[in-house]
Amino acid sequence: MRYIRPLSIEDAAGLLAGSAGTAAILAGGSDLLVRMKGGFIEPDLIVDIKAIDGLGEIRETAEGFSIGAAVPCAVLGENTALQKAWPGVVEAAKLIGSKQVQGRCTIVGNLCNASPAADSVPALVAAGAKAVVVGPGTRRTIAVEAVPTGPGKTSLAKGEIVEAILLDSRLPRSGDAYLRFIPRTEMDIAVVSAGVNLTLDEQGRVKSARLALGAVAPTVILVEEAAEVLIGSKLDEATLERLAKVCSGACRPIDDKRGTIEFRRKVAGVLAKRAATTAYARAGGK
Amino acid sequence: MAGVAVSTTINGDNVEFLCQPDETLLDVLRDRLGLTGAKEGCGTGDCGACSIILDDRLVCSCLVLGAEAEGRHVETIEGMAHGDRLHPLQQKFLEHAALQCGVCTPGFLMAAKDLLAKNPDPTEEEIRFGLAGNLCRCTGYDKIVRAVQDAASVMKGA
Repeated sequence: MRYIRPLSIEDAAGLLAGSAGTAAILAGGSDLLVRMKGGFIEPDLIVDIKAIDGLGEIRETAEGFSIGAAVPCAVLGENTALQKAWPGVVEAAKLIGSKQVQGRCTIVGNLCNASPAADSVPALVAAGAKAVVVGPGTRRTIAVEAVPTGPGKTSLAKGEIVEAILLDSRLPRSGDAYLRFIPRTEMDIAVVSAGVNLTLDEQGRVKSARLALGAVAPTVILVEEAAEVLIGSKLDEATLERLAKVCSGACRPIDDKRGTIEFRRKVAGVLAKRAATTAYARAGGK
Repeated sequence: MAGVAVSTTINGDNVEFLCQPDETLLDVLRDRLGLTGAKEGCGTGDCGACSIILDDRLVCSCLVLGAEAEGRHVETIEGMAHGDRLHPLQQKFLEHAALQCGVCTPGFLMAAKDLLAKNPDPTEEEIRFGLAGNLCRCTGYDKIVRAVQDAASVMKGA
């Protein structure tokens, strides 16, 4: 096995593309090293991307925020501008693992590990976040929901790296929120999760909405019918009931030791209602 | 297999070592450098027994490659006491009997040190939350939390 720490994203992409055997990207390592330890992966090449200029930074631009692939989730929680603009994304990122894991784990890693239960992903999908994907000689920007294609699988080609996650700057009267259900109080994998992002008009009615559910399908799902239910409403009781029904219906969950299909469907509706209510309040809705 | 040459700082000292590319920093500390304070509990980042501080961040050294230590600052439990003078956290862990078998203790002490460095006056809830990445299977957590509370008040007064 070789360990290489390139100084540019182009070199990193070239190394990954040119490797003969199994190549792995190392940022926080909180998934990769566990999989290596368990014998699930034996990389021939590890490309550590942490020395690449800019990847360890959160940049605030005219368009919004660019979160580098090597930024640990703990740093997201310490960035007050990001926390103010996207509290739902930050609260989701901060739920991943313990203090020790927070110091290492990244939202790009969480996305590319492609777990249906990844905590940051429903919040990112709801936020309309985009992924900057760099390959050898290529660069494209895609919606985050286009990255995972199934449990442990992504749409990224050999040699491609997600360099950063982009979040738009905030429109007035906007708010987002993320909630998950776990059987204990901390540090567990979501049984069901929901991310909601809302923008209100001047009368406090929902003008635009995005809602994503986690752990209820092979990938995180964007529930477009949920947005249709929310838009034009002030989140009255009837709207929330319809929202819950639509979200329960959109689930395609599995039965496993952490939750049954029936339980996951029901909880998806409950979490969608609660996350929407929090997002609405954060957007200034009453 | 060729080794990776690594130059790093551990507890303030410049240290150089050779390691295998897939070797964890925990294994390097214990097996190559003789720093056996950090313990391997689970080896998968769940128990916190191998906690160290890497560039001011608390991390599990089992989830860090030795090669990643290049050019960085590593703090381990061996750097906590000054000679025979124990750190207030170590002293309070003794006074409150906040350990039995002791395997989790170095990790708890590093996590508590990191917690108090960032939040010198934590509530009980903040202590419990801050130490949630460390598992203890024999002492229980109440004595540990009380030791950290006591150490925090001593350190504030110092």
